[in-house]
Amino acid sequence: MAEFLSLHDAVARYVQDGATVAMEGFTHLIPFAAGHEVIWQKKRDLTLIRMTPDIIYDQMIGAGCAKKVIFSWGGNPGVGSLHRLRDAVEKGWPCKIEILEHSHAAMACAFEAGAAGLPLAVFRGYIGSELPSVNDQIKFIECPFTGERLAAVPSVRPDVSIIHAQRADRQGNVLVEGIVGVQKEAVLAAKHSIVTVEEIVDDLNAHPNACVIPSWAISAVAVAEKGALPSYTHGYYGRSNRFYKEWDAIARDRDTFTQWLDENVYRKEEKR
Amino acid sequence: MSLEYTSSEMMSVTAARALENGMTCFVGIGLPSEAANLARLTHAPEVVLIYESGTLQTKPDILPLSIGDGELCESALTTVAVPEMFRYWLQGGKVDVGFLGTAQIDRFANLNTTLIGDYKAPKVRLPGGGGAPEIATNAGEVFITLKHSKRAFVKDVDFVTTLGFGRDGKGRDNVPNIGKGPTRVITDLCVMKPDPETKELVVVSLHPGVTREEVIDATGWDIRFAEQLESTPEPSENELTILRELKARTERAHAGE
Repeated sequence: MAEFLSLHDAVARYVQDGATVAMEGFTHLIPFAAGHEVIWQKKRDLTLIRMTPDIIYDQMIGAGCAKKVIFSWGGNPGVGSLHRLRDAVEKGWPCKIEILEHSHAAMACAFEAGAAGLPLAVFRGYIGSELPSVNDQIKFIECPFTGERLAAVPSVRPDVSIIHAQRADRQGNVLVEGIVGVQKEAVLAAKHSIVTVEEIVDDLNAHPNACVIPSWAISAVAVAEKGALPSYTHGYYGRSNRFYKEWDAIARDRDTFTQWLDENVYRKEEKR
Repeated sequence: MSLEYTSSEMMSVTAARALENGMTCFVGIGLPSEAANLARLTHAPEVVLIYESGTLQTKPDILPLSIGDGELCESALTTVAVPEMFRYWLQGGKVDVGFLGTAQIDRFANLNTTLIGDYKAPKVRLPGGGGAPEIATNAGEVFITLKHSKRAFVKDVDFVTTLGFGRDGKGRDNVPNIGKGPTRVITDLCVMKPDPETKELVVVSLHPGVTREEVIDATGWDIRFAEQLESTPEPSENELTILRELKARTERAHAGE
């Protein structure tokens, strides 16, 4: 059964320095509150996995939490670059990070394989791409039945996965609605999982085929109201496209970023 | 009758016209998304638009800023998980055309969205592959749209993120279960198609008022022109009105958030 914890306690318990962490949410339901908690607790040397690092990993990388990032599309959607990711990769600020890049299909399949308890994902991919020449985790295998050459990547098996969802019931069962990305797969693929939710309700009111993650498949549930902002929560609040645009100027400069981090994560969190 | 329009509008309208009614299109964000939705709002009301966020048969009223905007989900027939999107719908062969943008493209229509320079010491780090590597090989064919410039149209891309026809034009030869690859490239100056034999991109149509010299100056290799070089039809008043309304709605919506 999932344990109801404060976000602080959940992160303190399950996110250890040096851990492999997947914080998922495909543009939607990005667990920003949890990301800020990881920054505030000054977690270090994390291997961060996410299909689209987005602003959340830009912030965590800039704050010095990451030693490695595994991703498939590292931009600020519709805006441009992730400047903190680039600064770390290109100039080693605030610390050097290693990157391992895939395609979306590869990572989606790798999460699914992780959830399925398999060591690898097999798919028809990377044909003619030069990504396999810079990522030694991309291999090719021959189909034993047809002889077709197929791509293979290791499954994703994080130490901890963190996602945000609309709501949990009082037993800790979680409902995810809207663009569901690879969140269920991320939770099931991980040793431990934290789900932050907008609210706790008596009844999920989920239709029979809804994306529901049972309480017994989750380690901890923590309430984090507006926990996805500036990303969005379908049915609760919209995406702050304005902040995504503003982030470009904030993240472009180390001092501006540091000041933003200080005012919006470190000091804000101290007041609670 | 001659209408006033910009080269960007010419590009979007021409790219939109490439989509036929009833096609199933896997849509990239940005220019491809603009063109695909313009097609849906004009000549192709039954075009099926799919975005990699899992939104299937979506009909957004405004253009999404990100690939996973709520608008895409709310206006979709259904929304599936991302692994299902890539495995069943794309890899399963349900997509007629992949519509992509890119940062760099070469004469064999290979796409680079990874980096400029050397991988270990990049001059410019770009976002990476995203969905493109598998969209380009698993979709029936691929349309590409981007602005024409010497920086973008290079003889050889710095990095092949996504296969066009390979560094020698033969990258799809004898590969089983692979799509036709890029069948047209639509820019703000012209339309290009791969030579049937060599797969090198050839200009098949110049937009109104554009000269061969302009295309040569904006292309990083010795670009060839088709013997039967056509003139791209101008946008209609209806297409321009609908495109401008779509962009105005989009701007208003994104400014207000």
